[in-house]
Formats: sequence, C-alpha cells, structure tokens
Amino acid sequence: MMWDDVGTAEALLEPPTGRPAVRRGAREEPALVRAALIAVALVFLLLFLFAPLASVFAGALRKGWEAYFAAIVEPDAWSAIKLTLLAAGIAVPLNLVFGVAAAWAIAKFEFRGKSLLITLIDLPFSVSPVISGLIYVLVFGLQGWFGHWLQAHDIKIIFAVPGIVLATIFVTFPFVARELIPLMQAQGTEEEEAAIVLGANGWQMFWRVTLPNIKWGLLYGVILCNARAMGEFGAVSVVSGHVRGATNTMSLHVEILYNEYNFAAAFAVASLLALLALVTLALKTLVEWLGREQIARSIA
Amino acid sequence: MAIFFTRRHSVLPGFGLALGFTLAYLSLIVLIPLSAAFIKTATLSWEQFWNSVTAPRAVASYQLTFGASLLAAAINAVFGLIVAWVLVRYSFPGKRLVDALVDLPFALPTAVAGIALTALYATNGWIGQYLQKWGIKVAFTPLGVLVALVFIGLPFVVRTVQPVIEDLEAELEEAAATLGASRWQIFARVIFPTLMPALLTGFTLAFARAVGEYGSVVFIAGNMPMVSEITPLIIITKLEQYDYAGATAVAVVMLVASFVLLLLINYLQWLSRKRNPSK
Repeated sequence: MMWDDVGTAEALLEPPTGRPAVRRGAREEPALVRAALIAVALVFLLLFLFAPLASVFAGALRKGWEAYFAAIVEPDAWSAIKLTLLAAGIAVPLNLVFGVAAAWAIAKFEFRGKSLLITLIDLPFSVSPVISGLIYVLVFGLQGWFGHWLQAHDIKIIFAVPGIVLATIFVTFPFVARELIPLMQAQGTEEEEAAIVLGANGWQMFWRVTLPNIKWGLLYGVILCNARAMGEFGAVSVVSGHVRGATNTMSLHVEILYNEYNFAAAFAVASLLALLALVTLALKTLVEWLGREQIARSIA
Repeated sequence: MAIFFTRRHSVLPGFGLALGFTLAYLSLIVLIPLSAAFIKTATLSWEQFWNSVTAPRAVASYQLTFGASLLAAAINAVFGLIVAWVLVRYSFPGKRLVDALVDLPFALPTAVAGIALTALYATNGWIGQYLQKWGIKVAFTPLGVLVALVFIGLPFVVRTVQPVIEDLEAELEEAAATLGASRWQIFARVIFPTLMPALLTGFTLAFARAVGEYGSVVFIAGNMPMVSEITPLIIITKLEQYDYAGATAVAVVMLVASFVLLLLINYLQWLSRKRNPSK
C-alpha cells in the first residue's frame, strides 16, 4: 500500500547539511541505555525482517544449486516470469504517464477540488488487494456488467491476462503520482514560465526544463511501482484463475508450488522475487543519494 | 466535472490535457470499478446484506482482522519508535544497511513474506522450534496472523517517525537539561509529545495496511473458519463459491472501514503538519 506517506520527495530536496555538533550529555542517554536500545531494535529486526529474508534463500538452496536452477527454468516457472514481466511492462508505463499528467495538473495549477483529487488518486492504496481484484470481477466477470457482451464477442478479461494487467495497474496506480506531486509543488512554476516566455513550446519546456528537474523523483516512483507490480499477489490471485503456464504470475506460481508441498521449488521462485526486492531497495537508496546530490548542486 | 476549473490564469500550457487525462484514467481504472462494488451491493435487500455481513464466520473474521491489526500496529508503534530512535541518534556498525533494509516489507512481495514467515515460525522452523519448547505455537494460529501483520506494518511507523526525530530541535532538550530535567523526564515531557502526532500517523497507516493484508497472512494463518480466518479470505472463499453478492457485501464493509481510516490518516497528517509547520 503506502510506500512512503513519509515524504521521500521532501527527503530528495534536503541538501546534505552536516548536523551541528550536539553537546554531549544533554541529548544522549547513558551508555547502558543506548546499548540496550540498540540491542532491542536489532533483535526485533532480526526476528521480523532479517530472518525471514535469510530463510527464503536457505529454503531455495535446500536441495542444492541444481534443483534450484531446475525449478527456475522449468516451463511453468518460465511462463510465470514472462507474465510477470508483461504485466509490469504494461502497468508501469501507463501509471508513469498518468503520474506525470496528474502531477503537472495538480502541482502547477490552481483549481477547486484539488485535495479531493489527491485523495482519490491515493485511494487504491487503502483498498485491500483482494477487493482490488473483486471490483474487476464485478465489471468484467461473467456475472458482471460487461460479462455477457464480452462472452458474446469471445473476449476474456477475467481469468485471463488482461484481468491480471488491469489488477496490476490498479494496485500500482498512485506510486508515480504521489512521488511527483510534492516534488513538483516544491519546485514551483518559475522555470517553466521562463521557458514559455522565452518562446519554448509546451513539449520543449517539458523535455528540457520539467523532465530534468523531476527525473530522480520520477525514477524513484517507477522503481517502487515496478516492485509492487511484479510482486502483487492478492489482487491478481482473484482475477487470475490460476491456470498453470497461462495465467500464473511469479507470486501465484510460488503459491501453487507451496500448496503442492514442493517447498524447494516454491522458495527457488520466491528467491527471485526476494532478489528483486533487494535490487529495488539498493536502487531506491542509490536514487535517493543521487537525487540529493543533484539538488545540492543546483542550489550551490 | 464543473467543480474543476482554473481560478488563476497561468501561462503554462497543458492544464486541460493533463487534468482531462488524469480524470479519465482515474475514472476508468479506479472510480468506476470501485463503484461497481457499491452498485452490486445495492442489488441485495437490506436483510440479505445484513445476514451476509453479520454471519458468525464473518463476524469472527472481523474480530481477528481488526484485533490482530490493532495489536500489530501497537507492537510496531513501540518497536518502530525504538528502531527509528536508534537509527537517528546512535551509531553502530552496519547502520546504513539496517536503515535501507527497514523498507524490506514494502519491497518484498507478500506471498514471499508469507511463505518465509511460515517456514520460520513453523514448529520445525528456525524460530518456531524454540518457541515450541515454551509451548508457544505461532504458525497456523491467530498468533501467526499477528506475526505477519507486524512484519508488513513496521516500515510505516519507522518511516513516519524517523524524519520527525531528525528534526527535533536540540535547543529544547538542552534547555530542559539545563533546567535540571533528567534524561527520562526530557524524553517523556519534551520529546515524546513532539513525536506523538507522527507516531499516531504511523500507527494508523500500519493498522490500515494490516486490515486489508492478504498475501503474507494466508500462508501462516492456517485459515481455520472462526479461528484464524481473516476477512479478505472470507471474500475470496465466497467468490470461489460464486456468491458474488455475499463477497461484495463483506467487501463493502471493509471498504467503508478503509475510507474512514483514510480520512483519519489525512486528518492526523494535517494535524502534525499544523504542529510542525517546517515539515
């Protein structure tokens, strides 16, 4: 759901100022308390974060590397990987275009109903993934609004690939927009106005002024959007129909293998998704750092 | 859409196109499908709706879902605050790595989290085997639901509280120390009240996320009706029995709860911005 209601865009704006040295004593706990708090925090994170992560890889390699690779190159797993890439490949660009358009309208113009619009854009984050799938079943399913029409024209959306793509678009809908809106609001409109006054047309202004200014925030949103698109489980589970080799994404393939007690294979496919998560975190940290560098330079 | 119109003239181009596309895409992807849930429910009589949403199995699932979510959010509020504090104020080896990994529950697909936690807390798992000796069973019990919800909620608290701790003004603490307050008094009377709005926001975000969570829970819960069956699973079960109206009725109850939470979160964030205008 909400990756960061925490204002990453604001974090991107902050220059890396050195914190003023703090006098010892007034702002520090006794050494013993400090050590105890660090220990509590680390033990908690160990039990709830690090151990689960490690157990994915341990489970994946339980039967050795050969079994590991066999589970990944097996045709059903391979088709699940391809479907996952396809769904993310459609959902991410669409939500990217939407995010830029929404942020442009919201951040650069004044109009009534703006805060309502922002709330509505965030809506998919507060909806349970299961309900995100359900609503598309209600619209496109056999008993749904367009069910008969779709059946008459031999179009399958639910329990087929289009439904998976739609559910993926829904759950990743706000990611890019919510990254860009605060960033573009903070940047204001002066640079773009200058470009227009100097005779640039709309596209020139966008490609030469706006896009370079928002590229790190944009990339940040895309990284988070992609991670969720590739990892979504609940919503696609409802609309997928679970046909092996046809409508299974990687997450769903993990579930099927797991329910068949084929644990080593389930964890092998899961380890690919865990790697994706680690790459996502690494890229995210890198982009935060690069974005900060860029903004610090532009201020200096 | 008469309520959307420009109030201030601007030289910038593309307002009509951008807003038009935004509204069209938002309607097609989000608003119209979501309205389907409410329209479908309207086909039920009030009595049918009431019977669906108050069936004993559904009520048991609300108690579990909302109870476990509340407890998980409370656990995250306590430990999330400690983690955020430690990450901002102290230094220890590997701190930056730990800081980056706090976001893991955001990035790790929920199904992966689900099977990993199950493997870990099952009676033969790395952690489960020790808990077993104490007579504590986690996997396939309501306690398992709690563990999964703690996992997915943690970053919400940490990432909401962390920036506020970073922005705490040193002068306030120093002044309090100069006036003779003990470190504990400073924390309880100066620091904690400042952190409270953010902590409450993080708590509510973690709670809202936990209520809707499905993927990480279904593997570890055991899914026994009346005992460890969460509400999203009730919806799935009804769908699999082709009880679309019943599934939608329960979904509407959850949607309304989510919307109320969303309003609460917006209010809390507005409140903490008001208290802390620099943010």
